[in-house]
Amino acid sequence: MWSIINVELYKIFRRPRTYIAFGAIAALIIVIQLGLKIDGNTYAAFLMKDINDTLTVDGKVLNGYLICYILLQLLLVHVPLLVALIAADMISGEANLGTLRLLFTTPFSRTHWVLAKFIAASVYTILLLIWLAFLALFVSMWVFGTDDLFLMKSNYVVLIQQNDVLWRYVGAFVFASFSLLTVTSLGFLMSSLSNNSIGPIVGTMSAIVFFTILSTLNIPLFNLVKPYLFTTHMNNWKEFFDIQVNANNEAIHGSILNIPKIKNSLWVLTFHIILFVSASIIIIKKKDILS
Amino acid sequence: MSVIKVQHISKHFGSLKAVDDLSFEVQAGQVFGFLGQNGSGKSTTIRMLLSLIHPTSGSIEIFGKPIEKNRETILEQVGAIIERPDLYPYLSAQEHLQLFAKVRKQRIATTNIKETLEKVGLANRANDKVQTFSLGMKQRLGIAIALVHNPSLIILDEPTNGLDPQGIADIRQLIQHLAKEEGKTVLVSSHLLSEIEQVAHQILIIHQGKKMVEGVTKELLDPQKRIVQIKTTDDANALQLIAVGSFSNYLLPRKEGIFLKIPTYEIPLLNETLVKAGVALLGIETKNSLEDYFLQITSNA
Amino acid sequence: MKKNTILFFASSLFSLCLLISVTALAQTDPLIEKVAQKLALVNDYVAEGTMKTDVSFIKASLGKVKVYFKKPNLLKVKKEGGISLLPRGGVSLTINSLLNTKQYTTIPVGTQLLNGKNVSVIKLIPTDDNLDWVISTLWIDPLEALVYKTATTTKENGSYEINMQYGEYAKQGLASKIIFSFNTKDYKLPNGITLEFGDEDPTAKQKALKNKKGTIEITYSKYTINKGIPNNIF
Repeated sequence: MWSIINVELYKIFRRPRTYIAFGAIAALIIVIQLGLKIDGNTYAAFLMKDINDTLTVDGKVLNGYLICYILLQLLLVHVPLLVALIAADMISGEANLGTLRLLFTTPFSRTHWVLAKFIAASVYTILLLIWLAFLALFVSMWVFGTDDLFLMKSNYVVLIQQNDVLWRYVGAFVFASFSLLTVTSLGFLMSSLSNNSIGPIVGTMSAIVFFTILSTLNIPLFNLVKPYLFTTHMNNWKEFFDIQVNANNEAIHGSILNIPKIKNSLWVLTFHIILFVSASIIIIKKKDILS
Repeated sequence: MSVIKVQHISKHFGSLKAVDDLSFEVQAGQVFGFLGQNGSGKSTTIRMLLSLIHPTSGSIEIFGKPIEKNRETILEQVGAIIERPDLYPYLSAQEHLQLFAKVRKQRIATTNIKETLEKVGLANRANDKVQTFSLGMKQRLGIAIALVHNPSLIILDEPTNGLDPQGIADIRQLIQHLAKEEGKTVLVSSHLLSEIEQVAHQILIIHQGKKMVEGVTKELLDPQKRIVQIKTTDDANALQLIAVGSFSNYLLPRKEGIFLKIPTYEIPLLNETLVKAGVALLGIETKNSLEDYFLQITSNA
Repeated sequence: MKKNTILFFASSLFSLCLLISVTALAQTDPLIEKVAQKLALVNDYVAEGTMKTDVSFIKASLGKVKVYFKKPNLLKVKKEGGISLLPRGGVSLTINSLLNTKQYTTIPVGTQLLNGKNVSVIKLIPTDDNLDWVISTLWIDPLEALVYKTATTTKENGSYEINMQYGEYAKQGLASKIIFSFNTKDYKLPNGITLEFGDEDPTAKQKALKNKKGTIEITYSKYTINKGIPNNIF
């Protein structure tokens, strides 16, 4: 099994297309970082307009931790599209190329191949996330410095102490890996249904956009299905950055407001991953390879 | 010993019967020619042999074991190219072989990879990316992939596609070498029958999914059973004369032209009979190649 | 003539002094003077303490702070390695800052019972238009000459209430705990900016709207007094 995972990884990282996503992420992050470096204070002042009416905020609000949070907010919506570019091509791309029949005539079962391809696509996804973490977190920390994380949410502000932030990012990135692996598995499922690359890539992107709209619209009818949609849960990495308060309204250092919500989301995402990958295996096992 | 044993396999795609109740056996060390026109069901059959397509009915045994249940063990000993030589454009020839060597359970030495590339004439292009290869070179690389793990059964689907005459001759030689010198069993399919008749011990002709004929190549090419096309000044009268006379047994039913499966020594007598009846013989064409035989069978079916 | 001249000047000087002292008596309450005198002993201080922010829409943990003060009214609250949230303009309204300007008139209002203590209530009205406060009320324990509460209305930053508790540094008039109370305005950022969709908690929202009073509490553990502070700190 390891040998075919190796083969799949080798193929992924020899393909020029693979590096588009890494390049795109780097370009996006650098542009945003540059923008915030040059004119970040205007942006911060705009965000803090309401707060500044009442309070004076003293300290380095626009520090690396906040920049990373802003970047993740913006990028984790779009990274799935980059993941789809590779994941949705894993099977259908080879079917289109005609090489799938070469793989399926080797002494490994189709289940093994599908799993190897999924694992390889997952490695790619995780590496993409690590790349994103490196650029968004560590480069931002280096460029903007560190301080407490002053998060302006829709209805309240969370001030997380500097020494209480980094582990939350680790948690958020682990959570985000589940979100992106769900996208990988969805891309995979789409990929197993088709013999060309474009269909599954567009299909995966469309599905994400469609379900994201359902998840964000506050319409009672949609609210019934929302808890079961993976897109509803994909953005819950943010929960790592909400903090519990005690009876005196003091934030509790090292706490997370809603751990059950994170757990529930992880379960829903894991369920989707298993469902999508299992369905892919079943489809591929039954499929006649005609390409 | 049968290396491949196919029993009554059929494959239906909706209402289309791509393969219809096909049975055949391939013996160890044999070069088995699998002939048919494009779309006759050859590739579907080969894909079923390699478990790429699930048969609608029937059974396939390779090395005495059902393919469905012993897929991995069987495929360890099988090398194949199927139709087009589809490869990874961003990898070199050597990288392809390294990649496919990895997916074999036994360890394949680097020298093996080099030897295989030499065997197919790609040693000097080993490090070039496949996207720079001609169709013929891709075909050679496809064959190299099929051979790199030293399989005992080699299935080559249209291996001469895209090759120039020299390439075709090389592949023919290679197939003969594999069977004679290395004792491998080779199943080779083609629609160009002239290629097959020179290498195959046994030939099976398939048309519209059905077996038309199967036999030993030597027998099918027996000069004593040559097919002769005669051209006369009055074909209609000649045909009537043959049909009612002693040559009627040799007459082959054809829509156009007069074809006879006639021993060579009977030809002068036939000529004499026709001349006596006032029908002049314009020409006699001996159809002694398997390709003509194949074309006649399939065009008449 | 010479004697008369001297007498005239002497009587004029006396009258002037009398006038000044009478005016002063009419404008500055002696209790305030007493408090001011006590505070005047402190030229500068650095106080270490913990700060607690209790604003309905802010979740912040206790943080260590250092408060720097220098006469007449320089004040800076610095959170140790972190971001601090302070009532806008409110921090400069400590007793030291208010009284050290000496640009005010006082109006005694009477006495009141505050947390079981009989305290004098005195209103301060600034005489300098440039000061950013309009009126301040002080609740002062006449025996200890300690201010326990102030309520100040500012020109631009609303009203603040400051409650004080005293301990070890009561002699210098320095509080061991200060609680700023102030009114907060609405806080709301559009979902489009925060990218938070579909997970609003309506009860939290209502709660936030109901409780519109914010407090910031600083508990001092240690004062370092009159050791000198460079101006660049402020």
